[in-house]
Amino acid sequence: MGILEVKNVGKRFGGLQALSEVNLSVKENSVHAIIGPNGAGKSTLLNCLVGKLIPDTGSVMFDGQSVLGRAPYEINQMGISRVFQTPEIFGDLTVLENMMIPCFAKRDGAFELNAIPSVFSQKDILEKAENMLEEMNMADKRHMHAAAMSRGDKRRLEIGMCLSQEPRLLLLDEPTAGMARADTNNTIDLLKQISDERDITIAIIEHDMHVVFSLANRITVLAQGTPLVEDDPENIRGNPKVREAYLGESA
Amino acid sequence: MFGLEKKDMRMLMIVAILTLCAPFILNPFPTDSALAQFNAGYPDLMQRFVIFGIFAIGFNILFGLTGYLSFGHAAFLGVGSYSAVWMFKLLSMNVVPAIMLSVVIAGIFALLIGYVSLRRSGIYFSILTLAFAQMSFNLAYSVLTPITNGETGLQLTLEDPRVLGVSATADGSIPVTNLFGLEMRSTFEMAVGPWAFQFNAGYYLCALILLASFYLSIRIFRSPFGMMLRAVKSNQQRMNYTGLNSRPYTLAAFVISGMYAGLAGGLMASMDPLAGAERMQWTASGEVVLMTILGGAGTLIGPVLGAGFIKYFENIFSKINDNVLHSWFSFMPDGMEDFVVFVIHPFIGKGWHLTLGILFMLVVIFLPGGLVEGGQRIAGWFKGRKSSEKSASGKTNPAE
Repeated sequence: MGILEVKNVGKRFGGLQALSEVNLSVKENSVHAIIGPNGAGKSTLLNCLVGKLIPDTGSVMFDGQSVLGRAPYEINQMGISRVFQTPEIFGDLTVLENMMIPCFAKRDGAFELNAIPSVFSQKDILEKAENMLEEMNMADKRHMHAAAMSRGDKRRLEIGMCLSQEPRLLLLDEPTAGMARADTNNTIDLLKQISDERDITIAIIEHDMHVVFSLANRITVLAQGTPLVEDDPENIRGNPKVREAYLGESA
Repeated sequence: MFGLEKKDMRMLMIVAILTLCAPFILNPFPTDSALAQFNAGYPDLMQRFVIFGIFAIGFNILFGLTGYLSFGHAAFLGVGSYSAVWMFKLLSMNVVPAIMLSVVIAGIFALLIGYVSLRRSGIYFSILTLAFAQMSFNLAYSVLTPITNGETGLQLTLEDPRVLGVSATADGSIPVTNLFGLEMRSTFEMAVGPWAFQFNAGYYLCALILLASFYLSIRIFRSPFGMMLRAVKSNQQRMNYTGLNSRPYTLAAFVISGMYAGLAGGLMASMDPLAGAERMQWTASGEVVLMTILGGAGTLIGPVLGAGFIKYFENIFSKINDNVLHSWFSFMPDGMEDFVVFVIHPFIGKGWHLTLGILFMLVVIFLPGGLVEGGQRIAGWFKGRKSSEKSASGKTNPAE
């Protein structure tokens, strides 16, 4: 029994069956990659897990509880954090403030009208945010506007923000898309380090096979909205079905 | 001091000096001089400056921090005014209970309207608030006449009960608003040579409340709550995927800014105890939007500057008429004088809106950050010149 159990999930957009009978089990503390050609339904599946979309059929259980029908912020509070394809950060805020917000969210959870004391008087939050910036090697950028950073740094910040919530499951949607090779390798190292050092499960959607095979210890191949195979990386590499799905039948 | 950082404390001090010395600052021209009509240091106008300053400070907490553009904030101002006048009619002429009630009622009103309107964001939110404000205006104008006295407006009469006060004074007139006996209209006039400065009790009450409001808004801007509101403006998606529901934050901001508007409305009625439906009209809502944007949305001091700027124009430019222009340009030959007056005519008197409109466009196009950005640019220009004089290396600081 995995920490995330997806059973018979189907999703239709008008005439397009984006997902059908998707079954997926993500084991605790694993790095599970979901790969597949364009239009395979990877992003739709991810959106169904975080509450952005509600599947037409099937169930999604996280740690024994259904996530269906919950708002994204509620699912996040259950322990699922998401990293987006284009980094979603608070561009108008400083890097330090960016890091403080998830720390507040973790402390208060629900809404709190904390309108009088200064942000910087919240020592516990400040310390936690500073530590996380330190860990992400971004302490020197703490007073920079987040929007002014490079793509790679934004990605790093976003991952750090997700981690400061201490999630049990980290979902990444093509975290290296549009990145330079050096940034990609940095991100791979960062994710490796995270999965080694932390008690965390990572599910990753990725196009770049180099990233997938350097990180994942379990791979699901999705094609035309349905899982083709689920197996260990070594077996996926040589699987003829996977080759076919990626390269077309003539290959 | 007061739990503020140095920079914010300086800002508070500037606002304090500006408001407390306003009778001097706004009366720079001797009473008999030709320029005396540019003096704005009379109580009525100064009260309007600070009251609309409070209104704009509150509006900025919603619009400047969260980016939610409300087009219905005048409704809360109107509700505040009506509440205050009712307090004068029923309880007493003391302004304290009246102002307190106007804040509370406006807060409740904002909670109801905000709860519904904040289900949508962007333009739909603006339209919803506009619809609610126009509904309130029309209700006040017609259906709710027993409460609002319709198009005449709510006024005090000699028959009002005023349980803690008197219905009529000894000489048979309507009592005046006061703060524990200090009459709001009482004015102390100080003549210094050709100048006449007026110190009005009502103005100073409004000014002190403005300072308190400004101080509170600084605290809100620098608090975790304020940071969350800026996060809402910056990226709501990330907010939701960080386990934060943005609705209670935006609703709280909406209610707080509604209470500021109610406070402004209550003060307005305290200075002049009548309330009319036109205070709720959409033009009044639009005016506070203009003030905030003109001054600089999202900045602390911007809304206060914007409010002062617009109210000054409204009251001073609208008073210039053709006769005044003729007297200014009388030194010119006849034909030329008439021509110049003809050209300027559309921009003055009733045409002051045209002047304001042009200025507003210029500010929005060339200074998107409002008057505050203008000030920063001028300051930066001076600093830049100074530092380049000091070091010829021309090293620039990183943009931050």
